Amino acid sequence: MKILVCITHVPDTTSKINFTDNNTKFDTTGVQFIIGPYDDYALARAIELKDAIAGTTVTVLNVGPADTEPTLRKGLAIGADDAIRVNADPTDSFFVASQIAAIAKETPFDLILMGRESIDYNSGVVHGIVAELLGMPSISPVMKLDLEGTKAKLAREIEGGKEYLEVSLPFVAGCQEPIAEWKIPNMRGIMSARTKPLKVVEPKAADSGVKLQKFELPPPKGSVKMIPADNVPELVNLLKNEAKVL
Amino acid sequence: MAILVFVESAEGKIKKTSIEAVAYAHALGGPVTAIALGAVEKAELEALGKYGAQKVLHVADDRLSQGIIQAYATVLEKALQDESANILVLANSSLGTPVAARVATKIGASLASNVVDLPKTDGGFVVKRSIYTGKAFAWVELKNQKKVIALRKNAADIKEVGSPAQVTPYSVTLGDADFATKITSSEKATGEVLLPEANIVVSGGRGMKGPEHWGILEELAKTLHAATGCSKPVSDMGWRPHHEHVGQTGVKVAPQLYIAVGISGAIQHLAGVNSSKYIVVINKDPEAPFFKAADYGIVGDAFEIIPKLTEAIKAAK
Repeated sequence: MKILVCITHVPDTTSKINFTDNNTKFDTTGVQFIIGPYDDYALARAIELKDAIAGTTVTVLNVGPADTEPTLRKGLAIGADDAIRVNADPTDSFFVASQIAAIAKETPFDLILMGRESIDYNSGVVHGIVAELLGMPSISPVMKLDLEGTKAKLAREIEGGKEYLEVSLPFVAGCQEPIAEWKIPNMRGIMSARTKPLKVVEPKAADSGVKLQKFELPPPKGSVKMIPADNVPELVNLLKNEAKVL
Repeated sequence: MAILVFVESAEGKIKKTSIEAVAYAHALGGPVTAIALGAVEKAELEALGKYGAQKVLHVADDRLSQGIIQAYATVLEKALQDESANILVLANSSLGTPVAARVATKIGASLASNVVDLPKTDGGFVVKRSIYTGKAFAWVELKNQKKVIALRKNAADIKEVGSPAQVTPYSVTLGDADFATKITSSEKATGEVLLPEANIVVSGGRGMKGPEHWGILEELAKTLHAATGCSKPVSDMGWRPHHEHVGQTGVKVAPQLYIAVGISGAIQHLAGVNSSKYIVVINKDPEAPFFKAADYGIVGDAFEIIPKLTEAIKAAK
């Protein structure tokens, strides 16, 4: 079985977000980049499936410029067999999804996994677009994924609960916890990742009709009003008469 | 510029975020058609007229009472065509966002999810999206004539602008491919306020010391007609179900009021709550970082403060 895991190269969840160039570029100063946390769950589940099902290979894919390669190498260190980098700035969801679909058309995969959303642009639509472009079912956000031959049993989170589904391979899934435990690369993984194949391909043209104009930071938060612990009714008074939310 | 709005329902009732989508479409101007799929109460559908829908289509196909992403996308593609609508508006949700992705791809639309406000339309159609998990916004131009817009909670104010609408039965022929995914069963909290929909959220963290102490938070939530949430450690330890986990990798909420009890305020938790209008933090540690992100704070023992708070709210009503 061939599994494709699409990963994003995103700022660490503790990063302070700032912009440069008149609010048109993300400021990478002092920012540590990681595999998107949701993508990391997808990758961990793919590696578990590889370990469980003989003859399974896992390919990791990222759409990004050369400086995102350490993130792909980390995917290889975690256990993926090979990596593909599409050499382009991941400007929007449709563009990224089109690159993934183009690669999956050339080399078919039985299962395409990724995170439910990237934690930078938070669109949550790439899996759906990829599936539509490939004519496959798409399921997101997936919390559980088990395979029995070519059939999959999944659990999907819905507002206030869960849904259990069945679908046949191939399909696309957007993943989230607790589909698998994150895997930390071991020394052997890190060493072998250096020599595993990493293929660089040039992007295909894809116009999404979406254009970023500028970024904006939210206004700074005012200071907190502290209420003494022995005067709880004062909090209710403020919520009712000042904030007007009760 | 006709606009189609996909409205979602739960237990026969239209979701509040979907009514906001109708209000959003009305504010854009242009005739608004709402479409609902599966079992929904008729009065609920008619009421959409009050919020700005001139027309309400209802696909009363029982197979669609479950949210099958592909089948929904097929229905919406056809409805857009039949209504000569160029814009589809819907609410961001576990169903709405994946459906939006497929429909936009089918019709070649400019797509934006996580939209927080009405667009700027002087010189193009520019929407404001929430990005970096609530830490920033992006202004994005949707250049194609066809557009699909998925809204975050509170992107539009619900106002009564019209009278109840006629409900028109609508049907679309669906094939096997539309039902390639089968929903075998579901577990759903019934009768509770859903976290992503709630106007008030009461959340507990590790400071609650164990799942057996959640009763006082549930009592407070009930008094406020609020949803209950929790921090990541709490859901990781299995004290509360995963769908209550608020934060970077859980549910992102945008209520009028968020009350955090015994949550220190890790940056990953703040990412899930920073779109709240007002934040109240109750924590015994005066150094808890959450106080910096709060509007109101109380330093003290949650087990003493929460029952008092519940009483004070009851008294104020």
